[in-house]
Amino acid sequence: MPWMFPTVMKNLFRGPATRRYPYKKREPFEEARGKVSWDMVKCDLCHDCERICPVGAIVVDEEMKTVTYDPFLCVYCSKCAESCFHGCIIVSLNYCEPAYEKSVDVFEKKEVPVEIT
Amino acid sequence: MAKVVVPFGPQHPVLPEPVHLTLVLEDDVVLQAIPAIGYCHRGIEKLAEKKPFQQVPFLVERICGICNFMHAMAFCQAVEKLVGVEVPPRAKFLRVIWAELNRVRSHLLWLGLLADAIGFESIFMQFWKIRESVIDLIEESTGARIIFSTNIVGGLRRDISGELLTKIDRVLKQIRPEIEELGHVLLNDYSIKQRAVGKGVLSKEDAHKLGAVGPTARGSGLNVDVRTTGYAAYDEVAFEPTVETAGDCYARTLVRYRETLQSMDMIHEAIVKIPSGEIAGVFEKWPEGEAFELVEQPRGEVFYYVKGNGTINLERLRVRTPTFSNIPPLLHMLVGCHMEDVPIITLSIDPCISCTER
Repeated sequence: MPWMFPTVMKNLFRGPATRRYPYKKREPFEEARGKVSWDMVKCDLCHDCERICPVGAIVVDEEMKTVTYDPFLCVYCSKCAESCFHGCIIVSLNYCEPAYEKSVDVFEKKEVPVEIT
Repeated sequence: MAKVVVPFGPQHPVLPEPVHLTLVLEDDVVLQAIPAIGYCHRGIEKLAEKKPFQQVPFLVERICGICNFMHAMAFCQAVEKLVGVEVPPRAKFLRVIWAELNRVRSHLLWLGLLADAIGFESIFMQFWKIRESVIDLIEESTGARIIFSTNIVGGLRRDISGELLTKIDRVLKQIRPEIEELGHVLLNDYSIKQRAVGKGVLSKEDAHKLGAVGPTARGSGLNVDVRTTGYAAYDEVAFEPTVETAGDCYARTLVRYRETLQSMDMIHEAIVKIPSGEIAGVFEKWPEGEAFELVEQPRGEVFYYVKGNGTINLERLRVRTPTFSNIPPLLHMLVGCHMEDVPIITLSIDPCISCTER
């Protein structure tokens, strides 16, 4: 037990190693893999992300012109964002927050507004 | 004296995962231990046959959270043999760095769990505090705390920048004296020695005969370490397997403690030697034929067998994990020990049941 003494003394004056979490949050790292979202102006509903997703968390519906994303099924590998040819998948740095009920995110296709001159 | 049957597990304070041992006791001494597994079988091997092989690395990582990088690495190395792709040297070195970071994280977790099983809560907290800084390094380099998801067939998805490599080296240098200080306490403490020295002895012959792997085998004096075969870039990073001869719980603790420090040295050497260049090779065919791969995980060697038939789906994936090989030696160690030593002996093989059952 005496060998522990220096560590004990150090810890006595060092303060807590943990953060006061809800009040003080750590900034996410630069390349963290978090929730993904779609820029539906760029998206052309090509099914690439749906095919590449290892868990099938993405469903592209061409008739309804929607992309359905299930953040509770997603494993946050961000493979979809890498594979997207148009670069329309945006990876946020924050992970999916806990929720009482599972839900899906639905993104609807937006047409590019035509500029009238 | 009548025989008494005591169930141990599947829910027990020292076991993070469910394994059941039926202990046949006579006057507090274990006569026989009968294992029962099957509490967390998920059918991953079958699921791997249903998915395109490029998606399987993300699946096999989920076999075990603690050694996930080595699972994906073993799978990718096996499939790389089938598709005939050359992995670039930088990717090989990055695999070594991440694999050793994974080992450091796993061993620090285990050293904490050992202290926790004995009841030494403060050491447990201290080890896990150090582990947190290793996890931060992993998160900064891969993007996630636990599951790396960086391996793909042909190489890696992510590179580590030069500044980050320097930071990894610097942080590991900072935490090294802390680990040594705690290791000194853990290894010299009177009560820990009382609980660990001479408990669960496995002789060298028995370890060989029963097929022990990893730190369990090295704690018994067997010099087995798959890293010496030189997969990835291990042939360019100098290291000597850590071997202890006593074969008891204390020897296995010593092996894991020394391996933690050794892994840090290996990361330093890999960072110094890492070449620049590409991180993923390109392949143009689908896997055909059979291949197997051995990789040293924190718990021992993992065996991957892959069979492809020229289509996008694999025909068969077989995984033999280190804990599966270490269960027969565990049953041998338990015979003749006292009931109160069963938890610590079970913990000393570092059981990972979700690996075993897949």
